[in-house]
Parts: sequence; C-alpha cells; structure tokens
Amino acid sequence: MRNRFNKITTVEKVLEFFHDGGTIMFGGFGGVGSPPTLIDGLVNKGVKELTLIGNDTGFPHIGIGKLVANGRVKKVIASHIGSNPVAGQLMTEGSLEVEFSPQGTLVERIRAGGVGIPAFLTDIGMDSEFVSSSKEKVMLEGKSYLIETALSAPISIVYAKKADEYGNLIYDKSARNTNPLVAMAGDITIAEVEEIVEVGELDPDEIVTSGVFVNYIVPTEGVNWKWVWE
Amino acid sequence: MGIGIRDQMAKRAAAEIKEGMVVNLGIGIPSLVPNHLSSEMNVMFHAENGIVGMGPSPSQGEEDENLCNAGGYPVSLVSGGSYFDSAIAFGMIRRGFVDITILGALQVSEKGDLANWIVPGKKIPGMGGAMELAQKAQKVIVLMNHTDKAGNSKIVKECSFPLTSRGCVDMIITDMAVFHVTEEGLVLCEVFQPYTLQQVRESTNGSFLIRDDTDKGAKMDG
Repeated sequence: MRNRFNKITTVEKVLEFFHDGGTIMFGGFGGVGSPPTLIDGLVNKGVKELTLIGNDTGFPHIGIGKLVANGRVKKVIASHIGSNPVAGQLMTEGSLEVEFSPQGTLVERIRAGGVGIPAFLTDIGMDSEFVSSSKEKVMLEGKSYLIETALSAPISIVYAKKADEYGNLIYDKSARNTNPLVAMAGDITIAEVEEIVEVGELDPDEIVTSGVFVNYIVPTEGVNWKWVWE
Repeated sequence: MGIGIRDQMAKRAAAEIKEGMVVNLGIGIPSLVPNHLSSEMNVMFHAENGIVGMGPSPSQGEEDENLCNAGGYPVSLVSGGSYFDSAIAFGMIRRGFVDITILGALQVSEKGDLANWIVPGKKIPGMGGAMELAQKAQKVIVLMNHTDKAGNSKIVKECSFPLTSRGCVDMIITDMAVFHVTEEGLVLCEVFQPYTLQQVRESTNGSFLIRDDTDKGAKMDG
C-alpha cells in the first residue's frame, strides 16, 4: 500500500495527540459506529480529565462508554446518557458534568462547527426551560428562536468502513450516523477504518466524507465488545 | 401490564398508520406497532441515527452490528430504504416529513402538553430526539399506562414534570382507553375491555368529552 498523502499511520502514533484535560469529539450512536481500537488505546494510555462531545455515552462496556466507566471523563456534551448507568451515577455524585442538547440540535451544532457556521437559529426546545433558559433568543419574521452555537474540537475520532490514502471515507449502513459530521468538526480528524485502499479505488460518487476533512487514517482491530443484544 | 394489553395498545396505534407514511417509533410498546401492520402496506420507518426504511429485527445469528435502530438494537432494511447521517435524519423531522411519531410519556396534559424525559428528583437521562419528534412530527401518538405505579393518573390538567413540548400530542392510547386531543379538550373515543367508562373517569385526573368511536373495534361501556 502506498501512502502518497502520509495520512496512513498507526494507533500508537496518533495516541500521542491525546493529553489529560483534552477535548475529544467522537462519532457513533449507542456505540454503533464508534472507533473501538482508538477508544481502547485511550483507555490503556490512561488519559483523564477529558471532555467528550458526541451523541451519547454508549454503554459502560461499549463505545465511548468505556472511557466514562473508567472515570476518565470530567465533562460530556451529549443528547442522552441513559444507556450508561455509570455516567448517570457519576453525574449524580458531581464528578461528571453533563451538558444536554436535543439530539437534532446537537448534531446540527457539530455540523455547523464542521462547515464554518458559528451558530444557527432553531425553535427546538423553546417549551423546555431546561433547554431554553440559558440561551439567547432572537425574533425572526415574528417568531422567536434560540441561538444554538457551533461545536468543534481539537481532535475528532470517527469509524468508517473504507478509506483511501487521501482519507476519503465511506461508511457501513447505520454506522454512518454522526461520523460524517464529527469528521468535519475536528481540527485534527482521525479515521479508524476497516479497510484502506489506494486512491482511485473508491467510486468518487460513493464517497461520503471528503479526505479534505481527514488528517490521519488508522486500521481498526474491529469491535471487541459484546453488544447488549448478544 | 400484560402482553395482551401491550399488543392491544400497539394494534390501536397501528390503525392510525396509512399507506405511504413515514413513521418514527419510540422504544417499548411503540416498537410492537409494526407487528400489527399488513405486510401489503408500504410504510417507511424512520430512525434518528439515519435510516428510512427500517425493517424487522433479524433472526438470532443474522444480526449486523452496523445496522441498528436508534436504541442500538439490530434491525434490517426494506427495499427502497436508505442510510444518511444523523443531521439529515433530524432535518427530516424538523421539516415535517415524519407523518406519525409514536412514543411513551410520563404525563400528558388535557391540552396535549407532553412531559416525557425528566422525573423530578431522579437522574436525568437526557432528551435524545424527543423534543424534535414531539414538536415537528405531523401527528404525535402517546402510548402509556393510564396511571403510574402509585396509581396516579398520567393524564393531568397541567404537567407537573418538566415539559418536552407544549400542545404537541394528538392522541393518547392507554391500557384503558383512547383519547383525541382537540381544540375543545380531551375527547374519549374508546374504552378497552374490561374497563368501564366509570373506571376511566375515576383513573383520569382531567376532564374529557365523550365521543363513541366503536367502529374502531373497541366498545364504549357504561
């Protein structure tokens, strides 16, 4: 395999970018489509005091939930944590700060961060004091909206089915979920992938994420957790 | 709640689904709804993670870990189904392309206000996609027990739990009865066997009008 863009590297190498107190944005939805080998690498490296941005906190033994269950996380920005009881317990104890966004608002904030839009207007959550009370409101054409600010991160980690050497990505079925959005919103984006191919081997029409957004490509060792339905 | 009652509720909700609709189902009893739809009917099930055209759960051993619903459980894809990212999935909801959402609730007020994500004093699990679905689906159907474990009515004059969305619920299906939320208030249209109108009255903390809808298969009694 050639490496014409010098993006193909190892998990060991990219783990050097992660430090205590850092912020990580992650792809995945209930653990589906979260990068298992990078997450294990982070658990083993021992980084702590992390801030995580992503859809949810997975399950205690699945996806990003492993970092939460290992006590490595100080803050989470997510739409729900219900499937990870450890997250709820840590939040109750006061050792985990959780900022909730409605799910569609959260992913749109990530998308906005990924495409250079600082904020957007939405009426989602207007009836919920929990969502709306701390946010600025504006009137537009006679209707009131919340201002929702963009989210980005110094590092994004995503999971994809295939990458070519340039970092063009395609995903596998519903494991796409938040990955294309998270991939755009990282200053550095690392894609963990099932298969790496030479440039020219992916059909340009099937590429979902342009390699423009991807800095590093690492091979996956595959999912090593037991799913809740197994 | 027995399996028979759960299925009765799911079956009643399924009767609201029409040919060609896009439908989003919550977890729990709503997930039983597809079992009560004719296989002839062309309905597209939508999932917040990024699927339109979800099909039934695969048989054991046939699951694909990369093809799951928004709850993280394996599903399949029907012909004509597609995958997209979660921002697109919510774009569809906000634009009103979801015809019906069927979800659970903690409390519903007689004006159709919905509270379904925070129990005061308990851990907050997060709202997930509930606010988008409640605010923007064309029709919101709530499936819930008529009363909580302490026997308190979950249909209330005003929600005491934090709101998900105001005035969004169109229809309430409980283990006892079916209500429509209308401009005049709640309208009771069906009472499920073996309950009586009197029992529904006693279990409901809110006022309602009565309109017999016996053509739907349930019987108004008393």
